[in-house]
Amino acid sequence: MRQLFDFHGGVHPAQHKAESATLPIAAAPLPTRLIVPMHQHIGNRAKPIVSVGERVLKGQMIGQADGYISCAVHAPTSGTVSAIEMATVPHPSGLPDLCISIEPDGADQWVERTPLDYAAMNPSELRNRLRDLGLAGMGGAVFPSHAKLNPGRRPNVPTLILNGAECEPWITCDDMLMRERADQIISGAKIMQHMLGATEVLIGIEDNKPEAIQALRAACAGTDFEVVVVPTKYPSGGAKQLTKILTGKEPPAGGRSTEIGVQVFNVATAYSLARAVLHGEPVISRMVTVTGNVERPQNFEALIGTPARDLVALAGPPRADTQGYIMGGPMMGFKLPADQAPLIKATNCLIATSPKLFPAPPPALPCIRCTLCAQACPVELQPQELYWFARGKEFGKAQEYDLFDCIECGCCDYVCPSHIPLVQYYRFAKSEIWAREREKDKADIARDRHEFRDYRIEREKKDRADKLAAKTQGPKTPVTGHTEADNKQAAIQAAIDRAKLKRAGVEPKNVDNLPADKLQEIREIEARRAQLKHAMEKPAETP
Amino acid sequence: MLTALLAMAGLALFLGLVLGFAAIKFKVEESPLVQKIDAILPQTQCGQCTYPGCKPYATAIAAGEADINQCPPGGEEGIRKLAELLGVEPKPLNAEHGVTKPKAVAVIDENLCIGCTLCIQACPVDAILGAAKHMHTVIAPECTGCELCIPPCPVDCISMAPIQEDITTWKWKYPVYSIKHA
Repeated sequence: MRQLFDFHGGVHPAQHKAESATLPIAAAPLPTRLIVPMHQHIGNRAKPIVSVGERVLKGQMIGQADGYISCAVHAPTSGTVSAIEMATVPHPSGLPDLCISIEPDGADQWVERTPLDYAAMNPSELRNRLRDLGLAGMGGAVFPSHAKLNPGRRPNVPTLILNGAECEPWITCDDMLMRERADQIISGAKIMQHMLGATEVLIGIEDNKPEAIQALRAACAGTDFEVVVVPTKYPSGGAKQLTKILTGKEPPAGGRSTEIGVQVFNVATAYSLARAVLHGEPVISRMVTVTGNVERPQNFEALIGTPARDLVALAGPPRADTQGYIMGGPMMGFKLPADQAPLIKATNCLIATSPKLFPAPPPALPCIRCTLCAQACPVELQPQELYWFARGKEFGKAQEYDLFDCIECGCCDYVCPSHIPLVQYYRFAKSEIWAREREKDKADIARDRHEFRDYRIEREKKDRADKLAAKTQGPKTPVTGHTEADNKQAAIQAAIDRAKLKRAGVEPKNVDNLPADKLQEIREIEARRAQLKHAMEKPAETP
Repeated sequence: MLTALLAMAGLALFLGLVLGFAAIKFKVEESPLVQKIDAILPQTQCGQCTYPGCKPYATAIAAGEADINQCPPGGEEGIRKLAELLGVEPKPLNAEHGVTKPKAVAVIDENLCIGCTLCIQACPVDAILGAAKHMHTVIAPECTGCELCIPPCPVDCISMAPIQEDITTWKWKYPVYSIKHA
């Protein structure tokens, strides 16, 4: 029996999981229109590589990863690209972002799928392929998985943790996935183990999911993977909290879990990794719980880009008193800005809200310094202090009190007897600090450019003065024994030699992380350049 | 008596040498105060403070020649930070130097541009690209919004476009509560 550890604080909100866990996962039908956002992951937005009117196949890449922390986006079904435009996306701001709309043709015709021989592949190439298959964390943070599957400078990451805790109320998509598709989760875990060189694989599941525990235990038979049952407490599904429970280790403040030799993935990420590597299928669908104020709460396997209202309609029309929809759980989720906002890789749950299910919080009262929030904080911060600093816009102080270690789990909100929206204050403070940092970076660039401009103007002035001085002094008498023509010839030869030396020293750089077609393009350009060079040198050789 | 005198003199000589060495070895090229002030200034290089750039203004503040309330792009927050650094009372922005505007970038109407290069020469951060008799364009991410390119343009083809908030620059709002009618 493995020794378990406890993390500080935490809360026990009403679970509401039984509602949506009675029916099996159903495949959602094709919607009439799919809206696929280009920015579904953390990092750079994907670049569209299709044009309006183009026919695309199911699984065809339509958005290319831009940079290392980014991942590709694919067509969820076959059809025609009807628009590439700014459209409503599921984001708390309600601001539009770049989306590709696809009109399905109903054929659902796949692009050619090639399984990857991961054991034989070069690790770096395998990671690039995963980025091109759009792999990102399916637990909600959507961090590009290929970047997490890189042991980096260390030889390996000894402990791999699969996160099946699913601690937020209402959500059951991971639970149902574990019950029904445990084998593929384990296949995905094997690939992760191979990529990280992990010697220990732990699967953490809360004790309120007995069927999932049983299914995964059965799937783990014959492997040395260990299914660990953890007590139900919110937020045990936070990556750092689960790491603490299972290993007793905590990453340093502001640090990553790899620093203590642990990497954590959601079970759904392992599942999509198995689909990607063993079947060549990019991430074009996910499990999503539709629950709350609907007739038949259930889990669906739905295509990315399906509008939220189409999904909710599958669970029976929303009841009359439905006010709106929450994406994610009630603790960390946010209200969807519009019901046509599409499903994205991060959407684990859609909850229809009503005044009865989620009554509006009473008006906030002054903080009474009861420190219940500090007792509930799983990161052992001082939420009441952070609140004062955020409220007074003392951002430096807030940072000193480790604002950026806050995981925004909402435990402090949940216990606050004064109903203060604490997390909202922390989010406000965090985004203000980020905005200031962006401004500071921009100011630094502006300073450098201004200084360089001053230097350039000075240099140009000096050059002009020097030239003038040289002219007024007149041509110098040539060195004895050389004619003026000789001198000129020597100067020209010296210049040619310098240019040659410079050209020889120039090597193309920054091409390590480029996709294959860009590399091909670079090669073609280089070939053309070599040809031109050759053609230019030839007449010189044969005067 | 003599020993004590010699000891004190020796000590004084030794410490003097150490200080002298440190003064040469760790010489500060520029007044650190100027750099600290310059770090607070927004680097718009707009010259609204009447100095030809942020650094000269910072130097003037450090020398006590300029007041801390002459920088409109820095706004109230900039003045507050300067006041904190210099240990003086913050004061409202001097309206003579202009008002704080929302962040904007210059946009060249490329149909009207005649390619005169006057704006290129005016830009303090070399953020305008173009050549004589060829269309010019603003490198938007590098533009500080100083508006110095607007007056020299002979065909008035440059305008300022406020920077719109998008998903990557969106900020969570300060929590406010709506007052409900009872």
